[in-house]
Amino acid sequence: MKRSLILAVAIASLAAPFAASAHKTWLRPSQTVLAGTDPWITVDAAVSNDLFYFNHVPLRLDNLAITAPDGSRVEPQNLTTGKYRSVFDVQLAQPGTYRIAVVNSGLFGSWEENGKPRRWRGTPATFATEVPKDAKNLQISQSVGRVETFVTNGSPNDTALKTSGEGIELVPLTHPNDLVAGEPAKFRVLVDGKPAQGVEFEIVRGETRYRNAQDEIQAVSDARGEFSVTWPEPGMYWLEATREDAKTSLPQARQRRLSYVATLEVLPQ
Amino acid sequence: MRAKLFIAVSGLLTLPAYAAELDINIEIPKLNVAEYHRPYVAIWIEGADQKVASNLAVWYQLKDTAEGHGTKWLPDLRQWWRKSGRTLKVPVDGVTGPTKPVGRHALSFSDAQPQLKDLAPGEYTLVVEAAREVGGRELVRIPFSWPAKAPQSGTAQGSSELGAVTLAVKP
Repeated sequence: MKRSLILAVAIASLAAPFAASAHKTWLRPSQTVLAGTDPWITVDAAVSNDLFYFNHVPLRLDNLAITAPDGSRVEPQNLTTGKYRSVFDVQLAQPGTYRIAVVNSGLFGSWEENGKPRRWRGTPATFATEVPKDAKNLQISQSVGRVETFVTNGSPNDTALKTSGEGIELVPLTHPNDLVAGEPAKFRVLVDGKPAQGVEFEIVRGETRYRNAQDEIQAVSDARGEFSVTWPEPGMYWLEATREDAKTSLPQARQRRLSYVATLEVLPQ
Repeated sequence: MRAKLFIAVSGLLTLPAYAAELDINIEIPKLNVAEYHRPYVAIWIEGADQKVASNLAVWYQLKDTAEGHGTKWLPDLRQWWRKSGRTLKVPVDGVTGPTKPVGRHALSFSDAQPQLKDLAPGEYTLVVEAAREVGGRELVRIPFSWPAKAPQSGTAQGSSELGAVTLAVKP
């Protein structure tokens, strides 16, 4: 058990997107709909078995990016990483919608050196300098993973929701801070900036610890890349989609793994 | 607010007799709870499209406290906030006012007042939403048609944060 736990932590910290099948990665804001001249929120970030409980490993926040309603970058405050979760505060000084995202994009490799396995993590640029040309049994895979959530101070806007064109992204046709139980919400899925058909989403409401079944909702994007969800009840929902393809930016990497996670709050009628 | 209400009521007295009118009575129930705060209440008229046709009144904490200004908790009036509040700049003259104590509160609006002046003839719903700090939230609806050809009345009974709500529409 101890060994498998260490291994799990090692894998999760080296290549969080690859461990996504077993564990759930998430950012959970304390509130999503706020008002006032100077509201703050706090955000928990973790990789866990249950939603939204801290029972596995903290989420690494090296690639945390907070986009303000005017499109500018905002720095997180009081960022700290504990045993089971990372946590940070965000000051919502502007009215409008903030996007809080962790985007991990990179290469993961392994090879043998002097009979011992080596693990490596990097980008196409560092691949040339850090990976030996004659690496034995070299295996490289690429991943693009996005974990995000949305928070609105006052009236919502769309500037921070602009997509980047890399990996799986969600275009909210219903604003992500305007979700109400019993009403359908529409989204469009993009893969590398283009609407993608057949992307499967797993949608789970939080508090899984207090019920016996996951009660997951499955949604698949249609020919226009769109899908709709009617939220059965209020709560914090977790959405995940993964996809594999061969569109790597490095010839040595045969496959690319894409993942997308969002945490959305659904309010009562 | 009492002065404002008085002005509103006395304003009505000077109106011509044929003015259409909405009379609303809202009961804030007495609750036996350990920590009581006066509820935030939003009273509005919704059209058939579920959109806000007119904001009649919004009662919230106007005073600054150690925890900040009362506008911080306006999003707790969830439906009102979503449909209207978040795009409004409070305070709104003649609409926003302070929270009310336990009891029955009468409101009266004539078609000459800004709230009803531009209301097109049609089917509407009166919506009253109440949310209380460390308490619950409740929303009641009463349908009506405007302007009334004959006197109409409607009632809704809240079960937690609101008591009896009555509406009378006079031609």
